[in-house]
Order: sequence, then structure tokens, then C-alpha cells
Amino acid sequence: MDLRTRYLGLALKNPLIASASPLTGSLAGLRRLEDAGAAAVVLPSLFEEQIAAETALRDRLDDLASGFAEARGFFPEGSLPETGPHHQLELIARARAALDIPVIASLNGVTDAGWTRYATLAAQAGAQAIELNVYFPPTDPRLDSKAVEQRHEDVLGVVKRAVNIPVSMKLSPGFSAPGAVIRRLDAAGADGFVLFNRFYQPDIDLATLRLWRQPTLSSAAEIRPGLLWIGALAGTLRAEIAASTGVETADEVIKYLLVGADAVMTTAALLRHGPDHLRGLLAGLQRWGEARGFATLAALRGRMSRAAGGWPDDADRGDYIALLQNYAAPLP
Amino acid sequence: MSQRATMDGNTAVAHVAYRVNEVCAIYPITPSSTMAELADEWTAAGLRNIWGSVPVVQEMQSEGGAAGAVHGALQSGALTTTFTSSQGLLLMLPNMFKIAGELTPSVFHVAARSVATQALSIFGDHSDVMAVRGAGFALLCSASVQEAHDLALIAQMATLAGRVPILHFFDGFRTSHEVNTLTLLDDAEIRALIDDDLVRAHRARALDPEHPVVRGTAHNPDTFFQARETVNPFYAAMPGHVQAAMDRLAAVTGRRYSLFAYDGPADAERVLVVMGSGAETARETAQVLRTRGEKLGVLQVRLFRPFAAEAFLAALPATVRAVAVLDRTKEPGAPGEPLYQDVVTTLAQAFACGARPALPRIIGGRFGLSSKDFTPAMAKAVFDELARAAPRQGFTVGITDDVGHTSLDIDPGFAIEPADEVRAVFYGLGADGTVGANKNSVKIIGEDAGRYAQGYFVYDSHKSGAETVSHLRFGPRPIAAPYLIGHANFIACHHWGFVGRRDILRLAAPGATLLLNSPYGPDEIWGHLPRTMQARILALGLKLFVIDASRTAEEVGLRGRTNTILQTCFFAIAGVLPRTEAIARIKDAVRKTYARKGEEIVERNFRAIDGTLARLQEVAIPTAVTATWDRPPPVPAAAPDFVRAVTALMLDGRGDDIPVSLMPAEGTFPSGTACYEKRDIAEDVPIWDPTSCVQCGQCSFVCPHGVIRAKYYDAARLKDAPEGFCAAPINVRGFPDVAFTLQLYLEDCTGCGLCVEACPAFSVTMPGRKAIDLHPKQDRAVAERPRIKFFEALPINDRARVDFANVRGVQFLEPLFAFSGACAGCGETPYLKLLSQLFGDRAMVANATGCSSIYGGNLPVTPWTKNAEGRGPAWSNSLFEDNAEFGLGFRLAADQHVALARRLAETLAPRLGTALVAEILAAPQRQESEIRAQRARLAALTRQLTALGADPAARDLLSVADYLVRRSIWLVGGDGWAYDIGYGGLDHVLASGRDVNVLVLDTEVYSNTGGQASKATPLGAIARFAAAGKRTVRKDLALQAIAYGNVYVAQVAMGANPQQTLLAFREAEAYPGPALILAYSPCIAHGYDLRQGLSQQDLAVACGYWPLFRYDPAMRDIGENPFRLDSPRPTIAFRDYAYQEIRYRALAETRPGEAAALLALAQAAIAEKYRTYEEMAGWQASRFHPPVPVSG
Repeated sequence: MDLRTRYLGLALKNPLIASASPLTGSLAGLRRLEDAGAAAVVLPSLFEEQIAAETALRDRLDDLASGFAEARGFFPEGSLPETGPHHQLELIARARAALDIPVIASLNGVTDAGWTRYATLAAQAGAQAIELNVYFPPTDPRLDSKAVEQRHEDVLGVVKRAVNIPVSMKLSPGFSAPGAVIRRLDAAGADGFVLFNRFYQPDIDLATLRLWRQPTLSSAAEIRPGLLWIGALAGTLRAEIAASTGVETADEVIKYLLVGADAVMTTAALLRHGPDHLRGLLAGLQRWGEARGFATLAALRGRMSRAAGGWPDDADRGDYIALLQNYAAPLP
Repeated sequence: MSQRATMDGNTAVAHVAYRVNEVCAIYPITPSSTMAELADEWTAAGLRNIWGSVPVVQEMQSEGGAAGAVHGALQSGALTTTFTSSQGLLLMLPNMFKIAGELTPSVFHVAARSVATQALSIFGDHSDVMAVRGAGFALLCSASVQEAHDLALIAQMATLAGRVPILHFFDGFRTSHEVNTLTLLDDAEIRALIDDDLVRAHRARALDPEHPVVRGTAHNPDTFFQARETVNPFYAAMPGHVQAAMDRLAAVTGRRYSLFAYDGPADAERVLVVMGSGAETARETAQVLRTRGEKLGVLQVRLFRPFAAEAFLAALPATVRAVAVLDRTKEPGAPGEPLYQDVVTTLAQAFACGARPALPRIIGGRFGLSSKDFTPAMAKAVFDELARAAPRQGFTVGITDDVGHTSLDIDPGFAIEPADEVRAVFYGLGADGTVGANKNSVKIIGEDAGRYAQGYFVYDSHKSGAETVSHLRFGPRPIAAPYLIGHANFIACHHWGFVGRRDILRLAAPGATLLLNSPYGPDEIWGHLPRTMQARILALGLKLFVIDASRTAEEVGLRGRTNTILQTCFFAIAGVLPRTEAIARIKDAVRKTYARKGEEIVERNFRAIDGTLARLQEVAIPTAVTATWDRPPPVPAAAPDFVRAVTALMLDGRGDDIPVSLMPAEGTFPSGTACYEKRDIAEDVPIWDPTSCVQCGQCSFVCPHGVIRAKYYDAARLKDAPEGFCAAPINVRGFPDVAFTLQLYLEDCTGCGLCVEACPAFSVTMPGRKAIDLHPKQDRAVAERPRIKFFEALPINDRARVDFANVRGVQFLEPLFAFSGACAGCGETPYLKLLSQLFGDRAMVANATGCSSIYGGNLPVTPWTKNAEGRGPAWSNSLFEDNAEFGLGFRLAADQHVALARRLAETLAPRLGTALVAEILAAPQRQESEIRAQRARLAALTRQLTALGADPAARDLLSVADYLVRRSIWLVGGDGWAYDIGYGGLDHVLASGRDVNVLVLDTEVYSNTGGQASKATPLGAIARFAAAGKRTVRKDLALQAIAYGNVYVAQVAMGANPQQTLLAFREAEAYPGPALILAYSPCIAHGYDLRQGLSQQDLAVACGYWPLFRYDPAMRDIGENPFRLDSPRPTIAFRDYAYQEIRYRALAETRPGEAAALLALAQAAIAEKYRTYEEMAGWQASRFHPPVPVSG
């Protein structure tokens, strides 16, 4: 089966993209991913706050040092590393030189200036596309949905104006009308969408009464919001869609493709099983497609999307009603 | 091509010294450390000397070690130098005699500094240089940054030519730290001026097994004397070599120097002879006075030894009738100070032999000790004194000596500061970046053709919230003026808090511009100025500008960083440069300064600059004083007499006005004065929530500044409590009527947040809040004052009823170390506070020089204090290197006096009561209750002894009876002391078996002088002198001490396990022999936010880098394993701890390959070390050293 696809205007040899993780944070990791069959890589996010915090610490150390009669600083002159995104930029440049597959930079900004600046720098460093990780949990109850949506559109706008490479938006499903938001962003010029991101929601430690957060790797059960919304949107957008979250086996890859994803991203499974897991995913996809006589990925993709008639018109509520009525609670 | 540059004196000297040497043996000491640091950094960067080699820079364990290494390297033929000051130079003295005696060419560069006498001082004078003047080194003195740069080379040229080693010195701080414009010697010029034949000759004299000789023999009476006289021709020729070098340098650079530089008319009548930066002041003053018709000259001495009498006589006009010789040193008991004596001798000999027809009147005086400013008014006072009929010999100038009446009167109105100069004074906080920005401004202007700049910076001695005063001059001519600005035409106050507390207009000239960083805008500001300030602004016709720099910073994305903003304001309104040009230049400088830190910082500062100009506003000055309030006195009216008369003046910036009569004669000061300085520096302060608090005491345990105090008391007292006083029922069963209060001293708090981090109790009503939490201070500090007063009136909890054995109990013990000026979040001071709480009322503390001696003993105020009974730690700092021995001396004296007291008590027992005496002599004193009982017995004994009246034995016993309460002797210092400079002494003291307790505040670097590597610095961390990362593991001092068998040893980290720390302190103190506690102490030199200091300690323990353990020989004595490992096996990787800190992380970024290798090595070393400890913890007692009797 011909697995070629397009995402963000980039020709991919297959639909599997290794999304941002420690594996994509080193050249060695990136090479292993490429060798295992990744069609593109997303480098780890460049966090505006992290850079700001590191810079502030350096400033503070310098300022402290200038206030002592006996010390002209606490570290040898010139021994401290430059603060700023140079490491990430260097990785982009080195990845571009070393890899044959497309290199996508991921940004996680806060301010307009930060988004613009890092997008420009990433493009200059050689990124072939930029993924905007708009991690913006709107927990402030005074913030209405319009403002939240506008914020996303603004971020997209400033970055699109700053660079002339494709820009995708990695979104969470946490909108009251995700479809409308995505369409609005599509109209505003997004070249791609990554559906979906997950907010790391806090838990409570009952012993200390403290909130705690711990990243948990996604599981296959979490693909459903993505299936729903990709299925609902595929074929209606100008932009391309990459599915994300919950890709554990080839089954999830196939499901995402069936509802219309142009590409499928995976992180958790690669962290669990290593880059070579990609080979299994690809082989599984290949086997499944060939067993059913699909000659190309395009033939398979979107088969189950709403636009392709993959869902009956009353599927949304009808399924829901049927589910509730037919549910048999397990015996206690 | 000669290049203009702007740099401080240390850099100017190091620039040359590095290029003309092959080996530098170094050791840090203020104010010379910069020279050594630069050499180390240049080596790490691969900078080459003029022969194309990268010099070897070797840090040693002390200056004594550095001198030894220098001697060895010289004897082996390498061109070798060192840099030092003060005590460091004294430690080099034995080797200096050797190096000179062997006629070995070398230059020691010395930033001259006071030698510690009645007190330590880090500041500049010539007492160190004069103390070594007999060693045989030539003494060559520079007076300015340019001169220090040039004479560094002249010294090298001359020593190679004449073989007499040269001590090249310049005034510590005044020259070493003054930033000024100079013309640099380029490498080609330096190359041209060093004669390689002389270098080869030096090499040829080296010890060499190919041509073996013996050097360093021992002589007998028959030959030593003659051999010693062989050097005379070399000394006779030395002035000629120095002058020849000066002439050669002049030929290349045009800058002309002479051994004695006379400035004045050929027919001068009065001449002032002086050495060092004071010469510049004297010269400028004489020039002004000559315009008034006075025939005055100034003779600057550059080469002091060998004293070139002929050259001196040639320089001094024959017409001179009166000569004043100023010495920047004091030689008690001498007929005059050293330079004076040489001048007298020279002139007397010349007169006696007829070379001079008349002997002028010669007087000598002292000036400028410990960087006391030497102003034109003082120089004028000296000239005026010379004009008197009977000028005083042995005068002082610059102080008020109302005891010996030596001081000259000074005309405070006399000033010579030129009209076309911009003189700017800036008041800033230590950590606000003011000094850094000002250095930058000096650089911006100073490197501009046709403009000159000078910067000098005055710091107070606090390490948190320090006040800095920057003195900047800008003008069209080279600026000498080595004295503080007297009349400023620009004054900036960068910290609003100073406006209500300090007289910031003290130096304002009429018509000056005043810039205030103010939260109040131009319409409101006037109403917020104190009365005297308003009056001064009106009287002097000042222009006033305001900017809310903090808000501007916030708005432009530079939260908390105001330095670029305020620097922009200065350039915009001070008129040093046209405004547009100035702004462009600042941006240029910002780019240069911050480029290495990343484009981010550059961009943000650009935005700040642009945003500043829009927000800077001039104030329309009202016509009348309207304020009804004024600056409060610096200390409360109820403070003790000494504090009001002396301390208050120092706190108010008027310490220079304190007369001799008010100063203690032998350096003894009252303890506990820190409580009178309410510094009020925290922006956020802790607030206590009594309802959530579990009263565990963790917060007060870890508080570095002792600002969290706990008491329990009868709840009925609360009826008189002021509004807002917080209390909770004590959470102990069976005490329903007892209340508990945690009182916060907010004006003494630094806002470090360690209390919040330590607090285990989360608020039940305010999710996410803790029982103690930081809040914006606003007016909380003032509101807290009546509550503190009420709290202090509550009864002190009885020590005998407090459980010392747990952290919770310790909070009820009075801290006798509090409110120090240590850094916010300091990792050292909580240990000292604990020591003071547990044993302070019977403790003697010998404190090695370093951070702990500075925050512990630097005036104006000191934190060691006394309890309600008047008892508290008796504290002293002797030196850096001798602390163990000094503290052992305490023990020896105590033991001797205990023995004397016991003998006398036994003798007097029949008259004092045999039962009482028997009880006293047999009293156990390990528990606090036993100590209290002994104190009660001694009170009875004292009454009995007093009743015996004049009986000599009774009086003798009375004089030593205090020793019958067990003394707790503590030897305190940092790792620089314990691992390096004081290690030999410490080792000896531990081996002595005497009952002393050693507390090593282990920050793993020399914190006080800026984080230089010690032998405690860990593998893989960067530090000064380890710019490429430390390549060896830290010394295991604990295992070394354990090897003695009879030394109690504990390794603690309060943040990881406070209970273990407490246990270790108590066991160590109770152990009747030597005890050593290694205390992990977070420090800003580790490079992280110290609010995380506790969790970082936790990680250090969790990864096994800093295992907690106790080795108690007493356990061995009862057949138990004395070694107890108190922390579990490593649960995290070393990396997870280390890479939280810049000291480790930096190397990973700059040299990733090496860092990874070092990290792996460090991890392996940790694993191996842990295995060793774990194995020891499992040994049978018999595998340890058998019990060794202790002699305490």
C-alpha cells in the first residue's frame, strides 16, 4: 500500500509523525525515529516562560553579585551558558542537516512578542513548519469563550504574519464548540491542526492537601474525542489534520485515518516501547490496508468521516440514546 | 596601536601580569581576588602570554601555599607571579625573605589593604605592605589605574634586570576597584619592553639536574652575616633599573614616570610627600592652592624600597622649609610611620653630610586608614598645618581625634571639583543592578574619544538588602580625583525606601538634578517627601524628575529589573551626552553587555529603554515646604547609650563623624545590636495563620534571620493583647489555658520564603495556602510593631521545661543569633541560630574569617546577642587560617580555669559550705536542667564568696567561678577554612582530644569572596578558579576525622532532616572530646533560587551525594557501632539533584561532553562512597578504632 500523504503542505512518506517528546530532543533520538520510519518529527516545545525564568535567574545572580564589596560575581566570567532558545534552534538546524524527513518546530508561547520571536527564529533555523502549542487552560472564570477563542486566533495571526512556512495549531478539545473554533482558525489561515492536546489536570494529594500534577502517558481509550472531531471536520477544512493522543497500536492509527486524519502523531507509545515501535505501527497499518485491498492511503483516509457519509445523520444523539438505554450496569 | 579602555585597577594590572608570566600561584583575598580570577578565566579561555604560552594558574590552599609554589616555580626557572592583600601578604612573608634573599626576579601584585588589628577591614591602606618592608622586596607603588597598569610592566622589566623581587602595590579598593579610562599597553609594546635575554638568564639560574647546584643551605655564625651582605650591590642598583624601565616605557608610550614625581614650583616652600592614590588628591589640591599664591609642591613616592635617597633629594626643591609626610599606615610606638622615617633619615643625612644647607621642618601624619576618604580639604589641612609656626608631628587627618588630639581641622567647605564635570551619585540596593548599570555607563562614556569617566562604588557590609552608593564622574579631561564626590550635580535614588530613611541630598550641589524612582507621579511626589528633603530641594534649587521604574519594568517585561530603566533616565537628563546619542549608545552597550546572555535579554532591554523615556517626568517644584513629618532617627530613643551615640551614626551614614573617644580602645563592642537596625527590605513577608498551624516549629527552625519566634503562655494574658495579635491554643493535651503565638519580626525579614517551604500545614480554609505564607508587605510591618512589643513582654519560656530533643521544642528557645545581614535564604545562618538557641548562654564562638564573620561581626550592627538573663555567645574572629587553633585556645584557657576554680573551691570549701562545694564539683552538666541547677549553685557560691570580702582566694575564685558552668566551645567557619587554609590547624585540634565543637558551614566554595573553589567543591561543578569544572572529588573530611577514632563526626543537612541536625548538634556538644559537624549550606554561589534551598538539600541527600550520618565514639565505648547512617539509599540520580543548580548545569551547556563524563564519574563516586558508608554502618563495633580516652 502506498502510504504517502501530505501534512502542512509537506509530502510525507507515511502518515506517522513522532510528536514532541524527549525522543525528539536529541539528534540521536531523531535519527532513531527516522530510521524506524517516522515520516516527520516535531521537536520539543520551546517554552517562553522557561526561557524567561532562566533569564531572570541569571539576571538576579548578576545583580546580586554587583552588590557585594568582596565578590564581583559567583561564577567565572564567561562560564555561564547563554540563556534563550539557542539550544532548540541549534537542534532544529542540526536536525535539518541530518534528517531527510521534515522537521517541525513546536512553540509554547505566552506573549505575542514571544510567539512572533520564537516562530521567526525557528523558521530562520530551518524548521519546515511550526506547530503552535496553545496551552491555555482558561481557568479564570471571568474569561469568556469568545476571549479564549480570540486568543487562539490572535496567536495564529501574529505567527502567520511573522513567518512564511506552514503553521499548525495544536488544540485541546476544551471548547464549547470545537468544530466552530477550528473552522474559524481554518479561515484565519491555519495550515494544519493537531487534534488534540491534553491539559495536565491536577489531582489532590489527600495526605498533604496539595495539588499535584504528573504527566501521564496517554492510552488508547483516549482517542475518542479525536475520532469524534476529526470525523466531524475532515473534508470540510482547507487545512490538514494530524491526529494526536492515544496511539498505542496500529489500530488507533487506522481509526484516526479512517475518520479523516491526514497524519497521525504518536508519543506515548514510543516512550513506552522505544522508537522501533514505529516499525510495528507501520507494518500493522500496511497489513490491515492490504488485507482490505486499499492500494493507497488516500483510499482509506476519511472513509468513516461524516463528510464521506461514514456516520448516519442521527449518529450523534441517536448513538447516545441507544447507549444509555442499552447500558447494563455491572453487578456490584 | 594603543587602545583606550575602561577597567578597574585590578584588571589593568592583571592584564600585564598575565602576559609577562608563565606561572601564577593564587589564593583569593579581597580586594585582590579579581586579579587571580581573571588569570584563571583567561587560562580557561586559552589566552596566551607574550611568548605564546598559556600560563599555568594554580589555586593553592592559602597564601602561604601560594608563596611556596611561587618560590618553587621561580627556582625552577619559570616567570612567576601572585596576587594578594593584607593577611595574605603576611602569610607570604617567610617565602618573601627567601625569594629576595636568593635574588629571584618576580613581581607580587598587591591591592594594599588594612591588616586586621582591633578589627578586620577589607579596605585599603598600606599596613600590609609596610609590615613586609623588611623582607627585601623592592616596594613600588602606583597611584591610579593607568599607573598601576604601566608600573605592573615596569616592575617586571626592572626585576628581570636587577634580580631584586618587586612588590608592586596600589590602594585596595580606591585603585583596585576604581573604574577609569586608561590607555592599554598592547601586546607588541609589552613584547618590545621585555628583554628575553634577561628571561633566559633567569631560566639559566634555575635548579637543573643537568647542572646541579645546592641552594637554600644552612649557615653557621661564621658565614651567614657575610653572605647576607652580598646582596648590597643589587639593592644599590635597583633604583637605576626601575628608572631605566620607566624611561624605556616612556620612550614607547609617551607616559613618563620617575621614582619620585615632584609637582610644583622649583621654589616651593611647603611640600607634601605621599605615596599611592593620595598623591593625586594632594597634587590637584596644591595646584588650586598655588593659584592663590601659595608656594606648594607635592612629591609622590613611587619606589619606596630601596629608598633612593639621591633621587629623592634631587626631586625635592632646595627651597623647601617644611615637609609633611603622609603615611597610609600606623606603626604604634614608632617615632613616626615608615615613609616619614625614611624621609627624615634621608634629609638628616643629607644635612649632616653637607649635601643640603638646611634641614626643613619635617612632620609626619597618618591618613586614609581602611580606605578613609582623603579629600582635597584634608590635603589642604596638611598644607595649612605646615604653614603653622609649630606644626604637629604625628598628626592624623580625616578623623576627629579628641583623645590624643592629633587630628587636623578641616574646612568642610573647601572643594576643587571642576565646573565642567558631571558628578553623579546613585543610591541603590545591592541586588538591584545599580552598580552593574553604572559600571556600564562609565564604560559607555569612558571609551569615547574626548570623554573620560570614572566610577567608584561604596557598599555596606550586608549581604542582603545592602545599600550601594555609586560615585561617577564624567568630563572632557582625564579624571584622577581618587576621592568620593563631595558636590554632585546629579543624584539618583533608585530605591524609594531610602527617601524616608537616608539623607540622600547630603552631597547635592546647588542646581543639581535629582531623580527619584518613585511609586508616586509628578503631581503626588511632593507630598511624600520628608520635611528636610523638601527644604533642601527648595534651598538648593534642585530639579526633580520621577519615574516609577518598578512599574515600567513590569510593563516592558523586565519584572523586578530596574537598572536599564534608571540608567536610561540618567542618560536622558544628566546631560553627559546629547539625549539621542546617549540612548543610541545605551542600546549599543546593552547589545554588547547582554549579547552573551542571549538575544532575549537584549530585546527586552531595548523595549525598556524605549518605554522609559515616555514615562520619565519632571516635577514642578512647589514654592514651600509642606511636609509635616521628617526622617525618623536611625535607632529608637530607648536604645542603649552606645547604640544611640555610636551605632546610630554608622547606620545613618555618618560613621566618619564619630570621634576617637567614642570608639572602644580594644575592639570590644556590645552584642545584640542588629535588633536596632530595622532594615525593612522584604517585599513579601510571612503571615501566620494560627488556625492551620500545627505548631511544629519547622518555620522558625529554618528561618535564616531569626524573625520567627514562638512562645507559649497563660492565655489569660491575651486580654491585654493589641489588636491583630495572633494566638492559638497550644496543641498539647492537658494545657487548656495555655496559648501559643508565632510572632513575626517583619521589619527584620528578608522575604526569603524558606519558612513557607518548610511549613507542612496547609490551610483548611484557604486552599493552596500554608499556615505560614508570604503576602505583600504593604503596611503590615508597621502594624506588627505593637504586637512585637506585647510578644516581647510575655514571659520567656523556661529552658529547663522545654524539650530540646525535638524541633518543636527548639522554637521556644531564644535565638541568640538574629537579624543578621546574611543573604536572603542563607543556608548557613539557620545552623548558627540553632547553636545559639541550644548552647548560646554558655557558648564561646571562634569564627573563621568569611561570610560568617562578616554577617556575624561586621559593623555597624552585629547579630550575636544575649538572652533576658544577659547571657549569650561570646564571639570573636581572629583570622581566617588560625580559627581552629584560636578556638582551641578558648578550650585550653577554660580547662585551666576550671582546674583553678575547682582547686580554690576545694581549698575554700570549709568556709563556703562543704556540701555546696561538693555538689558543684560533682555536678553533672549534660542536660539543660543540670546546667540550670549548676547555675543556681554558683549563684549561692557567689553570694558566699562575696561575703568573704577581700580574701584573696575568694576573690580569685570569684574571678573564675563562671567556668564551673560547662563551657560550650565552638569553632565555626566555612569550607575554605576547614578544608583549605585552616585544615592543618583543624586537623591538629581534632587530634588534640580536647572538648571543642567544630561547625563547618559547608557551601563548597569560598562564598564571601565570590565562590572560588575549595577542596570541598564537588566534582563537575564550576566555580571561580575552576572555570572548566572541578576535576577532583571533594575531600571527605568526615572520614579523615573518623579515622582518629575519638572525634565525634556528623554530616547534616537541615533541609533534608532537621531532626537529625538537632540530634547531631546535641550529641556533638555533649561529647566530651572533639566534635566535627559538616553542615550542608545552600549558597547563592550554587546558582538557584535559594527559596528552594531546603528541597535542594533534600535532593542532595536523596541522591546520595550528601548522606546523613553520625559517628559517635561514645557508642563504641559501650560496644555499639559508632557509625550510624541516617539517610536511606539513594532514590534519585545525582543528575536530578545537580542539574537544579547552575554550577553544574553550566558545564553541561558549555562543555556537554566533559560534563557528561564528569557527571558519570560523580555518580560512580557517589555510589562507591555510599557503599563504603553503608558497609561501615553494618560493621561490628570491634571493627572501629578502639576507644581512645579524650582529654577534655
